[in-house]
Amino acid sequence: MGSRFDIRRQTGFTAIAMICFFALYLPIITVVVYAFNAGSSIAIWEGVSLRWFYQAWNNNQVVDASIRSLQIASVAATIATIVATMAALATTRTKPYPGLGFKYAFINQPLMVPEIVTAVALLIFFSRIKIWTGYSGLGYLMAAHTAFCIPFAYLPIRARLENMDLTLEVAAADLYATPWKAFRRVTFPLLWPGILAGLMLAFVISLDDVVITEFVKSGGQDTLPTYMLGQFRRVITPEINAISTVFLLISILIVTVFFFISRKKDQE
Amino acid sequence: MGTGSALKSGRKNGVIVPEQPGKSAIEVRGVRKVFGTGESQVAALDTVSVSIRENEFFTLLGPSGCGKTTLLRLIAGFDFPSAGEILLHGQDIAPLPPFKRPVNTVFQNYALFPHMTVAENIGFGLEMLGKPKAEVKARVAEMLKLVKMEALSGRRTSQISGGQQQRVALARALAPQPKVLLLDEPLSALDFKLRKEMQIELKRLQHETGITFIFVTHDQEEALTMSDRIAVMSSGRILQVGTPWDIYDKPAERFVADFIGETNFLTAAITGMANGKARATLKSGATIDATVAEGFQPKDNATVVVRPEHAKLTSGKGDLSGTVENIVYFGTDTHIHVRLDSSEAFTVRQQNTRSAGCGFERGDKVGISIGNDAAQVLRD
Amino acid sequence: MASAEEVAKEAERRDIRDRWLLSAPALIIIFLAATGPLLIVVIYSFLTPGPYGDVVWKFSTDGWLSVLMQRDIFDDTLAFADAHLSIFWRSAKLSFMTTIFTLFFGFPTAYFIATRPARQREIWLFLITIPFWTNLLIRTFAIQEVIRNEGIVNTVLIKLGIISQPIQMMFTDFALMVGMTYVYLPLMVLPLYASMEKIDFRLVEAGYDLYANRFQVLRRVIIPLVKPGIIAGSILVFIPALGAYVTPRVLGGSKNMMLGNLIELQFGQGRNWPLGSALSISLMAIVMVALLFYVRSAGRQGGTHG
Ligand SMILES: Nc1ncnc2c1ncn2[C@@H]1O[C@H](COP(=O)(O)OP(=O)(O)O)[C@@H](O)[C@H]1O
Ligand SMILES: [Mg+2]
Repeated sequence: MGSRFDIRRQTGFTAIAMICFFALYLPIITVVVYAFNAGSSIAIWEGVSLRWFYQAWNNNQVVDASIRSLQIASVAATIATIVATMAALATTRTKPYPGLGFKYAFINQPLMVPEIVTAVALLIFFSRIKIWTGYSGLGYLMAAHTAFCIPFAYLPIRARLENMDLTLEVAAADLYATPWKAFRRVTFPLLWPGILAGLMLAFVISLDDVVITEFVKSGGQDTLPTYMLGQFRRVITPEINAISTVFLLISILIVTVFFFISRKKDQE
Repeated sequence: MGTGSALKSGRKNGVIVPEQPGKSAIEVRGVRKVFGTGESQVAALDTVSVSIRENEFFTLLGPSGCGKTTLLRLIAGFDFPSAGEILLHGQDIAPLPPFKRPVNTVFQNYALFPHMTVAENIGFGLEMLGKPKAEVKARVAEMLKLVKMEALSGRRTSQISGGQQQRVALARALAPQPKVLLLDEPLSALDFKLRKEMQIELKRLQHETGITFIFVTHDQEEALTMSDRIAVMSSGRILQVGTPWDIYDKPAERFVADFIGETNFLTAAITGMANGKARATLKSGATIDATVAEGFQPKDNATVVVRPEHAKLTSGKGDLSGTVENIVYFGTDTHIHVRLDSSEAFTVRQQNTRSAGCGFERGDKVGISIGNDAAQVLRD
Repeated sequence: MASAEEVAKEAERRDIRDRWLLSAPALIIIFLAATGPLLIVVIYSFLTPGPYGDVVWKFSTDGWLSVLMQRDIFDDTLAFADAHLSIFWRSAKLSFMTTIFTLFFGFPTAYFIATRPARQREIWLFLITIPFWTNLLIRTFAIQEVIRNEGIVNTVLIKLGIISQPIQMMFTDFALMVGMTYVYLPLMVLPLYASMEKIDFRLVEAGYDLYANRFQVLRRVIIPLVKPGIIAGSILVFIPALGAYVTPRVLGGSKNMMLGNLIELQFGQGRNWPLGSALSISLMAIVMVALLFYVRSAGRQGGTHG
């Protein structure tokens, strides 16, 4: 008997896919491996050590940038998720009404303009405001991050809402729940995984941002990514690898949780 | 005849019971519901009026898209009528939002809250009404017992079968003791056997609770077996309201006769009226007495309907004559399709016995006699 | 009492008003910190550069002129700005090639994932999602690690004796290509996967049943079915590639600029904000055209498939 004919197979596709997965992970793994290099080269292996992690930990600039990154991401993601939840409630589960298309377009606008253009625009706008008000704190970065995080937070929340069975709220109303009670007892608990997913997405997006931060930040407001970008111009030591490794770990952790939350909804 | 006779007498569980004049639980008066605007406007309900009595098992029967769900949603308050009014025990409920109407719904897809347990679902309505915890608990236990779901009270609703979900949905809607229970095709998702079981179960629950049920279905058999009264709907209108007997035996319009059971349609000339009965002369020349649909306007060419089991096939002469075209065996009975001499088609249903054959063969010349009281003249 | 119709109308009005109120905070934030400032860029593109950056409020079209032209310092004549044009050209070319390469690698990958059994599919998809959400900067840094003179590729090749001198890959267009393909690959795979997941394989069976061979099934059945995914993926790669800033800055160095870096230059050393603004708007215009193309073809797709 010959081998059976698999209708799904396409010649060479599996090989290319394997190359892709290999190519996607090889560089990342290299970065992680050299973070543990005992020597100060990111090319020559001199044995295992944690010295670069200690060094990064004791580097004030790194610690400050990390804290700043977390501060900005926490504030931006929280605000973005709250307003995105409200916007999602306002733009789903209704027949089309005047302005609905406009709202979709407006909320997704930050996704449609190249980051560099938004960055330039914010540089111009905020530099004016800085002159007028004299304020040059983290507020600008937080505002900018909040704005571009909104569409990302909006995405999973809206998806969740659109998949939600409309009759559940109708059923709640039928069972004497006032609109507010129906929201609190039925809509919100069912929406919660979407909100959580939105929050995490927004957090990761804010944490990762380079371009807009690079243009908007005032002196001494480096976040971890802009600090790293600055370091690339110098001689690179495995300290960058160590920072990257920790950063990667945090991202992967958040993405994993996100992945499982958004998977879970399909099974409900 | 029609609704007229239903007011005087009704039959419940096969027994004729005197009909109380009936206070109405729900009174629908001239209700219209229009969706969309301009060109794309559709009238889902086209001036519907109906009165549903207390403690009644009332069924809305009609094909998909005829407006059954729309009418239920208006009664429940999920949507507003475009015109007309709906009274609950004589009171206009237009200003009441759904959460203030003493009316509960069993949804077509059950709409059980997936993040709550069976017991939490059942208790939800009482909780929203602000009932004390102890009372809610006792009532939930009572409901669980009523629908025989005690063992599964702690389960998530996603972890129980379709039939069990159905019971929970019923218990949840009954728990707050509504004045009226609305059921939107609650059995359509169940398989045949379970559906039969639940039909009996529903009748029992209605009997035990004494709550007015408004039941929606597109299944004529379900409607006939379960209802005290049926309203047959088509294209947003109610065509006829009556007991199952009225609807089946004395259909008012062609649509009703056609939608419920199988029927023979004959063209006839009405030659006279006496004692509320019409004398109808068929194309074969035979003249029979026929009951008349309410609202019938005398006219030359009326339509007479005869149910296949109310006619008898003879080898001699009958009211009609024709040729056997086809014979279809159904186990319990046999359908004999006859081409009448007037070229109309006519089907006779004949009960089977164990002796072989139905006594006729294809091509036989046969007569058909129509039983006394077997024919009804339609109004359209 | 109000008529039934009026009650319904009033309820609808209130619902729409509430919906505007609910979405207002999001709309305001986006207007203040994203959309609004874009309008200011338009104004700035028509002003005169200040001596130390920023602008002086004097109308000028020089910003726009110098997108394409160059004023000779000595005799004030205009000539085409070769430098700018070549950067526009390089950006377009690299973005286009990145799109092609990600499609070439992404299509089989997405197909591979979509044809796994349901449980396995989750795992492969997860493996694509991780790089998608890990920091772009780190991924760029990682690819740099691989292609540097002292990186893995050169080290291995030298060890194997295939080459004696490291191949200079960093700071070339090649490096940019590799880097951008690497960085944007997940953006191609995910939408492709989304449309491949929906393939009804009975259609593929029908194709084979009607005597098509594997390649014909791919070309005549599968590719037309996933066309929306191909278009979406291409747009998702092309647009950010065109505006790329980090990858060319790290891998391309100062010689191999792309549009993003040219724009930055005007706000930094170039001290020509109006030119930078005009360049930004040009970039945005190109992106808008690409998006319009996408919306139109997506609309057509939706139309034919009911
Ligand atoms: N929300 C709505 N918008 C527009 N048309 C509707 C809406 N709801 C129902 N309809 C229309 O009204 C008619 C009756 O619908 P429905 O009451 O659901 O019928 P049934 O429950 O008898 O199947 C159908 O033609 C349907 O398309
Ligand atoms: Mg319905």
